[in-house]
Amino acid sequence: MAAILELEGVCAHYGRIQALRDVSLRVEEGEVVTIIGANGAGKSTTLMTICGIVRATAGEVRYAGESIRDKRPDQLPALGLCQVPEGRRIFPRLTVQENLDMGAFLRRDADEIEADLGMVFRLFPVLHERRKQHGGTLSGGEQQMLAIARALMGRPRMLLLDEPSLGLSPMISQHIFRIIRNVNEERGMTVLLVEQNANMALKLADRAYVMETGAVVMEDDAAALRENADIKKAYLGQ
Amino acid sequence: MTRGSRKSWQYFGLGLAWFYLLLWPLLGIRDGELHFAATFAVWLRVAVGATICFVLYRLGKAGRLDGVLHPLAAARDAVGDAMSRAPRWMLLTPVIVFALAYPMLTNRYAQDVAINVLVYICLGLGLNVVVGLCGLLDLGYIAFYGVGAYTYALLSVHYSVPFWVCLPICAVFAAVAGCFIGYPTLRMRGDYLAIVTLGFGEIVRIVINNWMALTGGPNGILGIKSPGIYIPHFVDGSFSFEYLLLRKLEYLYYVILALAAFTIVAVHRINFSRIGRAFEAIREDETAAELMGVDTFRFKLLAYALGAVFGGLAGAFFAARMRFVSPESFTFIESAMVLAMVVLGGMGSIPGVILGALALVALPEAFREFELYRMLAFGGAMAVMMLVRPAGLWPAARMGKRSDDTE
Ligand SMILES: Nc1ncnc2c1ncn2[C@@H]1O[C@H](COP(=O)(O)OP(=O)(O)O)[C@@H](O)[C@H]1O
Ligand SMILES: [Mg+2]
Repeated sequence: MAAILELEGVCAHYGRIQALRDVSLRVEEGEVVTIIGANGAGKSTTLMTICGIVRATAGEVRYAGESIRDKRPDQLPALGLCQVPEGRRIFPRLTVQENLDMGAFLRRDADEIEADLGMVFRLFPVLHERRKQHGGTLSGGEQQMLAIARALMGRPRMLLLDEPSLGLSPMISQHIFRIIRNVNEERGMTVLLVEQNANMALKLADRAYVMETGAVVMEDDAAALRENADIKKAYLGQ
Repeated sequence: MTRGSRKSWQYFGLGLAWFYLLLWPLLGIRDGELHFAATFAVWLRVAVGATICFVLYRLGKAGRLDGVLHPLAAARDAVGDAMSRAPRWMLLTPVIVFALAYPMLTNRYAQDVAINVLVYICLGLGLNVVVGLCGLLDLGYIAFYGVGAYTYALLSVHYSVPFWVCLPICAVFAAVAGCFIGYPTLRMRGDYLAIVTLGFGEIVRIVINNWMALTGGPNGILGIKSPGIYIPHFVDGSFSFEYLLLRKLEYLYYVILALAAFTIVAVHRINFSRIGRAFEAIREDETAAELMGVDTFRFKLLAYALGAVFGGLAGAFFAARMRFVSPESFTFIESAMVLAMVVLGGMGSIPGVILGALALVALPEAFREFELYRMLAFGGAMAVMMLVRPAGLWPAARMGKRSDDTE
C-alpha cells in the first residue's frame, strides 16, 4: 500500500517557541490513524502544519506523493485533503444548509453535490431537521456533526479530525466515532484522528502515534498500544 | 413601588444628572464663564421628554398599558404576516411608483434631500458588501467616492468625456484603487484593518488636497458637465438627435434613482450568489473558510473592489450633480456617516441600509431647527439603538437566506 500522507522530520515554531520537533509519520490509503497525547503536546499544530496554516520550518510534508509544504490552506481541499478543525468552527450565522453548501464550495457537479447532501443527511438525520436553523443555535454535539458533515461535502480522499469528542458526552462521542468508522469503511476514506480521549481513539484506529512535548515518542498498532503498560498508565487511566 | 423599579428610577435620575453635567460645558460657556440658565432650558426639555418616555416604558413593563399595547401588537403582527405572505411585487410596486412620481409631487428642496438620500443609499450598499457581508471594518470607504468623483471631474473638464462613458471608467478606477489599497491592508485582521483603512482614506484625501497640478488642491475643480442625453427630434420629416444636458434637479433625481436601483439589484445578486456565501463564510470564520477552499485573500480583495465600484459610481454622480468637487467632501466624517447608516440600518440587510440612509439624511433635514444639537441627538440615538435594536432598524432576516428558499 502506498502512503497517502507522509511527514518527514517536520519542525514548526510559534515565534521562538518550537512546537514540533522532528515529527515523522505516515498514513496509508484507507487507514484510520490516530495521534494521541496530552494537552499541549503539539497534536493540533501537527494538523495545522499539514494544512499549511502553520508553516513547517524544516522537514517535508507529502500528500499523494507530492510535496504540499508550500501550499496555501485553501489549495488543499481541491486535492482531497480536508480538515475538521479543533473547536468545530462552523459558521454560526449561516444556516445548517449553507454551512454544508460551503463544504462543497469548490465543487461544480450539482447532481453529485445533491447526492452527497442526501448522504450526510442519512448519516446525521438531526442535521436534516435543523437545516434551516443557524449553525450557532445547534448543541455542541450537533455542531460537531455539522463540522464533520461539512467536511464530507467536499468529498475528501482524506479527512483530518481534531478532537471531535471535545466537550461532548460519552454517548454522543461514541455516536460520532461510529460514523467516522462507517465513513472509513463504506467510502474508503482515509482518516487521521487527533484525540485526547485515548481510550476511544485507540478502539477506533488501526494504528496510533503518541506525542509528547512536540515530538512523536511512540508508534504502534492501536490494539498493541492498548495493551502497553506505559500507555495504560499515562493515557488510559488504568 | 417595587425594588426593581426604584432602582431603575435611581439610575434614570443619575443619568439625567450626568447628562446635565455633560451639557453644561457644551452649552453654558458664554464670555468665558459657565452660565446656568441656557443649559437648564435645553436640559429641562430633554428631561421632560425622557421622563415621559421612561414612565411609559415602566408602565408598559408593569403591564399597565396592556389594554393599548396588545391590540397594537396584534395589528403589527397581522400586518407583518400579510406582508410576508404577499408576493414581492405587491410590496415593491407602490415603492417604485412612489419613487418614480416623487419629483412631480415635491418641490426643489425635497428633491434635493431625496437625491442626497439616494447617493447615500449607493454608498451604504457598497460599504455593506465590505462590512456587512465580508465583515471587513473599512473606515476609509469615502476614498472611493472621492476617486469616482475626481475621475469624472478630470475627464469631463479636460477631455469633455460624456457622463455615461465616464460611469464605467469611474467604476473601474475605483475598483483599481480598491485593489491598490486592499492589497497591502487586507492581510490584517480586525482592529488593525480598521486603523489602516482609516489611514489610507486620509492619504487619498491628502493627496487630492496637495496635488495642485492635477486636482487643483483645496480649490477643487469647477465646470464639470452635467449628464446629457440625446433626444430624438422630428422636424419637417427630417430626423435628428438633440443633445440635452440634464441640469434640472428632477432629471438628476432620475439619474441617481437609476444608479441606486442598479446598486440595489447588483448588491442583491451578490448577496445571494456563491461569491456572497463565500464573503459571509469569511466574515463568520476566516480560517474555517480557508479550510473549505476559499482563497480568502482574493475574496476579500474582491469584496473590497466590489464595494469600491458602487462608491465610485456614486462619486461620479456627485461630481456631475454639484458640477464642482473639492477635497472637503471626502473627509473621515463622511466615512463614519456611511458606516453609521450600515450599522444603524442593519448589517448585511439591503432594506436596512436603505432605512439607515433615510434616517441619517432625511431626519436631520426634517429637524432643521435643532441643527445645533444634531451630533448630540445623533450620539444619543445611536446609544439607544444599540440598546433596543442591536441588530439594526431592519436586521437581515436570516443572513444569507437563499433567494430560492421559499418555505
Ligand atoms: N497560536 C499559538 N501561539 C503560540 N503558541 C502556541 C499557539 N498554538 C499553540 N501553541 C503552543 O504550542 C504547543 C502545542 O499546542 P497544540 O498543538 O495546540 O497542542 P495540542 O493540540 O496537542 O493540545 C503548546 O505548548 C501551545 O502552548
Ligand atoms: Mg489541540
